[in-house]
Amino acid sequence: MSTTPPLQSTTASATPPRLFDCREAYAQALEAMAEADQRVCAVVNDSVSSAKLKNFGARFPGRFVNVGIAEQNMIGVGAGLANGGMVPYVCGASCFLTARAMEQIKVDLGYSNSNVKLCGMSSGMAYGQLGPTHHSIEDLAWTRIIPNLSVVVPADPLETAAAMHYSLEHVGPMFLRISRMPVREVHAKDFQFTLGKAPVLREGDDVTLMANGVLVSRALDAAESLASIGIHARVLNMSSMKPMDADAVLHAARTTRGIVTAEEALAAGGLGGAVAELLALHHPARMRILGVPGVFAPTGSAEFLLQHFGLTAEGIHNAAVDLLRESK
Amino acid sequence: MSDAGNLNSEDRLAEKAQWLQHQANLIRFSAMTMTNHSGLGHTGGDLSSSDILATLYLGGVLRLDPANPAWPRRDRFIMSKGHCSGAFYSTLAFKGFFPRQMLGTFMDPLSKLNGHPDRNKLPGVEANTGPLGHGLPIAVGAALAARMRNESWRVFVLTGDGELQEGSNWEAAMTAQQYGLDNLVVIVDRNRIQQGDFTEKTIRMDPLAPKWAAFGFAVVEIDGHDHAALMKRFSNLPLEPGKPSCIIANTIKGKGVSFAENKPAWHHGVPTREQLVLAAAELGIEVNG
Repeated sequence: MSTTPPLQSTTASATPPRLFDCREAYAQALEAMAEADQRVCAVVNDSVSSAKLKNFGARFPGRFVNVGIAEQNMIGVGAGLANGGMVPYVCGASCFLTARAMEQIKVDLGYSNSNVKLCGMSSGMAYGQLGPTHHSIEDLAWTRIIPNLSVVVPADPLETAAAMHYSLEHVGPMFLRISRMPVREVHAKDFQFTLGKAPVLREGDDVTLMANGVLVSRALDAAESLASIGIHARVLNMSSMKPMDADAVLHAARTTRGIVTAEEALAAGGLGGAVAELLALHHPARMRILGVPGVFAPTGSAEFLLQHFGLTAEGIHNAAVDLLRESK
Repeated sequence: MSDAGNLNSEDRLAEKAQWLQHQANLIRFSAMTMTNHSGLGHTGGDLSSSDILATLYLGGVLRLDPANPAWPRRDRFIMSKGHCSGAFYSTLAFKGFFPRQMLGTFMDPLSKLNGHPDRNKLPGVEANTGPLGHGLPIAVGAALAARMRNESWRVFVLTGDGELQEGSNWEAAMTAQQYGLDNLVVIVDRNRIQQGDFTEKTIRMDPLAPKWAAFGFAVVEIDGHDHAALMKRFSNLPLEPGKPSCIIANTIKGKGVSFAENKPAWHHGVPTREQLVLAAAELGIEVNG
């Protein structure tokens, strides 16, 4: 969102890049999809503006359901709408959407294999100062273990829109984790999202940086600063958390000297965990897993908390240097 | 679609009710046989809900086609009390959704007849239920879908009474009334017993009808074992235009089998072979061997 104060840029460019709130891209995509496809509908739990659905509600009132503050019901309503042939986008703050309705997500969506799309808004630590009740750093661990449920963490507005459009064509439940943290564009305008594919955003043979969501642009910045000290880092956008691009991960383990993962989530059970599980079985590799280290975050803004936990370009840079030192 | 026949004639209704009574007893015996086979099951609730299930499916209330279970315009029935799968599966088989022989595989290794229903394994199952309080939200969604698609299908959901202690039901009830879903029918199997004890000794549910009324539903109470009353009620829906309907079916847990009636222990009691023979006699069913 252009009104948000830009973050301190770590890129070499003279002018700071424009930053975006991915919720805008998600909302615009959803409206375009609803215009083109009568099956598309939205379900929300009171927070119409947090979910950026004000405009959707005004344009498509007959396909807009506000269930009030009732997340368990909201997921069930989504499953029922899908039973009736609609493609519901069930949208709410990720912390409540996932945690409050976990059994419904497991049974009504995953086990039932319902064609429902969950949009977890303001995920990670985007609600910074509001505290751990409003942080959603457990959601990746919770959602990725549920059979049938795909998990996607877009990195920028282009990928957010592309993943939204992809989700309508994909039959089955999907969790799309949408951030409100300002991020810059990391993909080309013609980017196409494919579930189960990890786009290579930068080539390099020394170390591989794997990130999703907000951390992708930071991984790119880390790669840039690593290059300045002669380390060539590959950067993979692991937006498709599940299914994961096993080929790209194993290839990285075989062709580089180690892997650093970075995510705006608990370090246990998320992207790093998924990569570690795969590698442990097929190609053990040195790793650093960057995330929130098993604690509830202290008080502070989202950006403060990301810095606090080293979820920055500098943090990724240092982890890569440390890992390469160890692997010598 | 309906084989409900002409209900103008009281005689025909009585005749039909008698036939449904027998069908319900066949469902009861089938469910008990399945539970005996698997060594697991929920006899009490199977027996309390059999008359409701028989009337809905075999009485021709539900507009559906067993030969085309995914018919988009079908009425939806959601078995929220998924633990009563013995009665539910038997009803689906009797209706022709799958061969009756499959009932003999209840809970066997790799059987399609899970302890709790799985819509991806069995035709006729609309929702995967088992954990309580899931059916009504799903039913609300399916009723909203009919609204969005300008379709006339109706959504029936059968819940237990202890099940209503789950808060998700009341979340869904509020949505149903807000959207005026008069294509939604909640049927409560009010057998007054939950797994551990009588509902009123556990968490009191009475007064139940005013609860639903306060949540914006049109409510009636009926005898959940009176097929003629059930047929009449199900043939005149919604209870009130513009409102979701709630039918509180007062039932007896373990109904039809004296040793199981109104006994909390029979919530998931498993009948022995000897008890099956006794049950058959009480249900008016001839068995061989």
